[in-house]
Amino acid sequence: MNEFYGYERPDGCVGIRNHLLVIAPIDCSYEPAKQVAAQVEGAVAVTQYHGCRADEMLVNTLIGTGRNPNVAGILLFGLGCEVLTNDILMEGLKDTGKSIESIIIQEDGGTIKSMEKGVRALQRMAQEVGELRRETFPLSELTLAVECGGSDATSGLAANPAVGVAADRLIEEGGTVIFSEPQEMIGTQHMLARRAVSEKVASDIYEMIEKQEKRLSAMGVDSRYMSKGNIDGGLTTIEEKSLGAIRKGGTKPIQGVLWNTWDRFDLPDEPGLYLQDGTGWDVPSVTHMVAAGAQMVCFTSGRGSTTGHAVAPVIKITGNPKTYGNLEDNIDINAGTTLDGSESLNSVGRRIFDEIVSVANGKKTKAEALGFKDYVVFGRSRAAERLLGHC
Amino acid sequence: MKKAIQLDDKDNVATVTDDVSKGEQVEVLSHMGEVILDAKPVEDIMFGHKLALRNLDKGEEIIKYGEAIGVASKPIAMGEWVHTHNVESGRLPTSELEAEK
Repeated sequence: MNEFYGYERPDGCVGIRNHLLVIAPIDCSYEPAKQVAAQVEGAVAVTQYHGCRADEMLVNTLIGTGRNPNVAGILLFGLGCEVLTNDILMEGLKDTGKSIESIIIQEDGGTIKSMEKGVRALQRMAQEVGELRRETFPLSELTLAVECGGSDATSGLAANPAVGVAADRLIEEGGTVIFSEPQEMIGTQHMLARRAVSEKVASDIYEMIEKQEKRLSAMGVDSRYMSKGNIDGGLTTIEEKSLGAIRKGGTKPIQGVLWNTWDRFDLPDEPGLYLQDGTGWDVPSVTHMVAAGAQMVCFTSGRGSTTGHAVAPVIKITGNPKTYGNLEDNIDINAGTTLDGSESLNSVGRRIFDEIVSVANGKKTKAEALGFKDYVVFGRSRAAERLLGHC
Repeated sequence: MKKAIQLDDKDNVATVTDDVSKGEQVEVLSHMGEVILDAKPVEDIMFGHKLALRNLDKGEEIIKYGEAIGVASKPIAMGEWVHTHNVESGRLPTSELEAEK
């Protein structure tokens, strides 16, 4: 099983879904954009809530989402007077060769007429997309994002190590894995740096985590901070807590840090394992990794989470058997079978890997079947980063 | 029988997957699911907490996930509960490292 069925895009990337993406570059046009998307099968509308500015970090994430291989067609749906214009997004998207339409409410006859134009454009794209056929591709075309949220004592014990087994396996098949949340790497930088493929990558890893420590320190938080809940749950040191988190990325060599600044938004340039300079807030973290090209997400949660994503299927895994019992309607994999010894971590990892391939082939994740389309763009304060000497 | 999991072959601690009582027999499993040891906790240990798989000297690294998660701040006997009372973090935040230079 080293192949999957996907859709080839004009730019050569391979998608596992055919989403039509409606981008409202500013929240001012998001309400009509959502109604336009709701009218057409397979369409989803997204926006950002960081104000009227053409901040490169926001632009890069919106463009990255449109460039994601799971997106088959794009409708840019702007208001007209915003700083982050449809044209800026078009410039970053047009070379994908995807079907793209641009509509501006203030120039295209007002709200209702522009909504009508938008629905007609999406309707045409939906008809075209219906003719696309899945073809066979090697697993090396897959990029998986791994994320955790709502962690408990079982996350580092069962779910994260099991996802790590699947991540290792995907990389052995020539695929790519991204993990983020630099805050949860604190205390493990020397271990991650040891796995770096070059000295440059090792120094990037130190730099990324040190910047995160400085942000915490500026907020008055000791980077060794452990909550009472962490300690009561059995976590002894920050190294142990962070190791439990980074284990979901597996054990392979680290190819690079995907920087996310006002000057650059890095994508993986060859297969293997990458760290992203992102956020520990789970939905924006996922959004950000999907913008860097991940077609799929493995999301571990000890307490349980409902999360899906606008354009990427999210496979949810819990290590807590009670949570699986309570939230089985929205958690795909129970890794808690390792706790009573009925299944090994390795075996759960194999199940997760099989699920990754099935979902790539078209099987809907539970969140996907329920229609959950989480999407939050992550931004940093440029002023704060300047004051910290980060840019 | 209650279980504990050793997450990496190099680990000198295992995590118990249920509350275990002093003297109770605990089966330690590898990540491959093999029984590697029958351990006897010398004190009660709560779910999610760690059990020493062998005697550890003061200053010795505590290994979990195949990596050092800290050092023993006092000698730890096999079967003992391993936590903040007998382990110290091996790291300082960058700010303190800089202050030390």
